[in-house]
Amino acid sequence: MTNSAETLHTVALTVNDVPREGTCVARQNLADFLRHDLHLTGTHVGCEHGVCGACTVLVDGQAVRGCLMLAVQAKGRSVTTIEGLTRSDQELGVLQEAFSQHHALQCGFCTPGILMTLVEVLQDDPDPSEMALREALSGNLCRCTGYQNIIDAALAAAAALRQNQK
Amino acid sequence: MKASPFAYFAPDTLQEALDLLGSLDNAKILAGGQSLMAMLNLRYAMPDQLVDINGISDLAGITEQGGRLSIGAMTRQRVLERDSLLFQKAPIFREALLQVGHIQTRNRGTIGGSLCHLDPAAELPALAMLYDATLIARSAKGERALPMAEFPAFYMTPALEPDEILTRIDFDAWPQDSHFAFVEFSRRHGDFAIVAAGCLFSLSPSGTIERAAIVLGGVGAAPMRLTEAENSLIGQVPGRAAFEAAARAAQDIEAMEDSVYSAQYRCHLSEVMTRRALTKAWDRHQERAA
Ligand code: FES
Ligand code: FES
Repeated sequence: MTNSAETLHTVALTVNDVPREGTCVARQNLADFLRHDLHLTGTHVGCEHGVCGACTVLVDGQAVRGCLMLAVQAKGRSVTTIEGLTRSDQELGVLQEAFSQHHALQCGFCTPGILMTLVEVLQDDPDPSEMALREALSGNLCRCTGYQNIIDAALAAAAALRQNQK
Repeated sequence: MKASPFAYFAPDTLQEALDLLGSLDNAKILAGGQSLMAMLNLRYAMPDQLVDINGISDLAGITEQGGRLSIGAMTRQRVLERDSLLFQKAPIFREALLQVGHIQTRNRGTIGGSLCHLDPAAELPALAMLYDATLIARSAKGERALPMAEFPAFYMTPALEPDEILTRIDFDAWPQDSHFAFVEFSRRHGDFAIVAAGCLFSLSPSGTIERAAIVLGGVGAAPMRLTEAENSLIGQVPGRAAFEAAARAAQDIEAMEDSVYSAQYRCHLSEVMTRRALTKAWDRHQERAA
């Protein structure tokens, strides 16, 4: 099969609660589609083979690796990216704020993936132990922080979210 | 890297998928994609056609009838991990699944995908071997049942024809009070294990081991049952002496070798992990009883 023969697919989906549409070849992965076609460059691409977790986004509320899913598979689905965590008044969301406060990022490359993973983790368990958080983040590689501040931030965000629930 | 071009098909029904597989050349089935997508991106796999079976809803689900469990091939690993019926009937699944990749990969990855990818160290093929599961495959020509023991054809290659789709896996649950454990030795949490061990055993009314199954992953090209170690347990009182003897038998296997780990090291780990699995299973029972 040559490049010129590649069929284009139309992908209509919801991204961060907004209906979006783009056109791509079948082999385009979801992370690249979000970045290149929808210009949402907050989702990062590290290894492109499912190891680093930088590309993590939510699909129908579940954290998935954006590099291990085809964009065409997201047709009709609801995708949430790091851009979707910012509040409507443009202030930082709870997780973002906690990461900022706790110096939980240095270069920031891993951060979007870590936050998107934590969205699901904290939804499932609003009061996770440190151990549970470490395990939940084992699929997100960070080369800078040594994780300690990430864990501190995640615990603080969990506490803040519980407070908000009250 | 980016995947090479392929034509993409997303059938809604199994029949459509089978017709496609029967007519297309160099086609690959895309299940959860947690191995295949990586292989496509790395261009280890370069199919001309991709048949995405994620849209076939009746391939997913967990049912039970008369103690026999049936799991649809497209059931996600995360669903298996949380399913209460499966937890009740075969709790070892949850213990093993929590060691499969990470949340993000389990949300997409499927049991059928893992079985067909057949990584030697993968947990789900090991469980299928542990339970002597039956795998059901369909093609346009009909359905056939394969015992798990015959499912691995070669290294990472299942005994399926190019036009066949694995549709479900069936196995008998063990008695409710059976003991179980699934342990792994890996360098990082979520990595494929260097060696993984799973065990099941149940006791007779007099308290001796009546039935036992032990499986090792990561040792050979396919998960391996330890018949000798299993037999050594029968009639024994569970405890250190019996587990030591079984572990010694576990060491006596033909292990594979790669650039990182020698066969000798794998044999050593086989012994260690067999002992740990049996001990963990029994300790858990003791703790509960206490
Ligand atoms: S880019 Fe997807 S896991 Fe690394
Ligand atoms: S902050 Fe740099 S990789 Fe995590």
